[in-house]
Amino acid sequence: MSENRVERLLGTVGAAGKSFLTYIGGMGYLFKESLWYFMVLILRLEGRRRGGSRAVFAQMVRVGVRSIPIVTLVLFFVGMIIALQMAYVLRGFGAPQAVPAVVGVSMLRELGPLLTAIVLTGFAGASIAAEIGTMVVSEEILALESEALNPVQFLVMPRVLATAFMLLCLTIFANLIGILGGYVASAMILDMAANFYYAKTVDFLKMQDLVTGLIKSVVFGLLIALIACQEGLRVKGGAEGVGRATTLAVVYGIVALISTDLFFSWLFWKVL
Amino acid sequence: MTETEVKPAPAEPKREPVIRVENVGMDFSGRTVLDSVGMDVYPGETVVVMGGSGCGKSTLLRIMIGSYQPTRGRVLLFGQDITHLSDKEMDKLRLRFGILFQSGALYNSMTVGENVALPMHEHTDLDDSIIDIMVKMKLELVGLRDFGDLMPAQVSGGMKKRVGLARAIALDPEIIFYDEPSAGLDPIVAGVIDMLIMDLSKKLGVTSVVVTHDMNSAFKIADRMFMLYQGRVVAQGTAQEIRNSADPVVQQFITGAPDGPIPLRMSKTDFGKDLIG
Repeated sequence: MSENRVERLLGTVGAAGKSFLTYIGGMGYLFKESLWYFMVLILRLEGRRRGGSRAVFAQMVRVGVRSIPIVTLVLFFVGMIIALQMAYVLRGFGAPQAVPAVVGVSMLRELGPLLTAIVLTGFAGASIAAEIGTMVVSEEILALESEALNPVQFLVMPRVLATAFMLLCLTIFANLIGILGGYVASAMILDMAANFYYAKTVDFLKMQDLVTGLIKSVVFGLLIALIACQEGLRVKGGAEGVGRATTLAVVYGIVALISTDLFFSWLFWKVL
Repeated sequence: MTETEVKPAPAEPKREPVIRVENVGMDFSGRTVLDSVGMDVYPGETVVVMGGSGCGKSTLLRIMIGSYQPTRGRVLLFGQDITHLSDKEMDKLRLRFGILFQSGALYNSMTVGENVALPMHEHTDLDDSIIDIMVKMKLELVGLRDFGDLMPAQVSGGMKKRVGLARAIALDPEIIFYDEPSAGLDPIVAGVIDMLIMDLSKKLGVTSVVVTHDMNSAFKIADRMFMLYQGRVVAQGTAQEIRNSADPVVQQFITGAPDGPIPLRMSKTDFGKDLIG
């Protein structure tokens, strides 16, 4: 009996592993194809034909510009929260003047990229999955294919490109907003002057802090869009399938972001 | 011309079929949906594939347009076996046929005009101004020239289908596939669609393959008909031959009798046993 159980357990693990690898493989395929069509787009390999270039700008507005208010709100508050929490801890060590450095480092290296990405998973990832899923259900994908138009070129590439690029921009913006939030909180509870806060932040931060965060943000953007597109394209069976795809795009998106973040933190710790 | 002048019809030149379905079978996870279906479609004719829901006619359509790979058999489009074509070669063939999908399948993020223009923008080197003119011509063919600037969500179901048709003929295809062209339309709009199908085939010589279960429109437009039942071709012939067919399955389908050889109750187990256990 127990042998049987072991066998079944191994079978389950194996099947899960296989479907995980298939999933990653699917994302890899979408990434490879998107990269190819991006090259086609920028090198103008197909002459005057548009090949999804108009969609890129539309998606940038949709993904990046429309999410500015919510990113501002979230990151401003998080900056304040970090400052408040750190002020409590650092005052115990008699070093409340270290608050700007802590806020700056945590924003640039970690919270700016990660939280912006998580906001964007909910904001853009879910809507991309729902949109593409609906297109599958209403035969629009089939219509594209039957007109010899590649769905990756027309749908996936513009979304992946727009999400990666806009998340990079949003992260720079979010870093600033977070630091601003930290300053506002510090000014309220620690009576810190603006020029003091600014000087402390700038003194402590290194270029490396910014760059590692931005590298992560590009990878996060790719992950969000690839997962959302893949979930959308895999939709089967009507409205229920679209709903499931939307949920999975957010859930898998957040899991992927956090685990990739862990990997990068480890990598940067080792390398830099 | 009088009766006497009619000469015996010369042996018709052997025409090559534009579509040849050879012995096609399709299984979905062990369930056989299509079984040894064979069908030839000749240039310029309108062929109707009819059958009840779930008889496999939509699957057959998907196989003919190369979006499903059949489990058995092969399909030749313009003499090329599409079951063994690379994506690139298939894409070339795809430019030679158009499809009207059941719900129109318009791209919802684009206007009606952009929907029709997209294939021209992407597959031809025509100037934008020329494409604009062509879009107007295609929309005029389906009677919707003034609606180019509307979004698909702003037009009715019947109009969506007509726009879908305008988009299907954007690149002047040689074959047009119609998936349930009259489903969900009121009788007048359904009549309009039928008329458009006939116009395209008579005036432009387009070959049409129509998948439908609407018998009225089927008899109106068909040169030849195929009837599918449980994944097999059970009858084929001209509209007249089908109408006069003695096959009870065909007759039940034409008259729409609720019970007959096509059973009303689909359950295979005994009702009484099922209740008492």
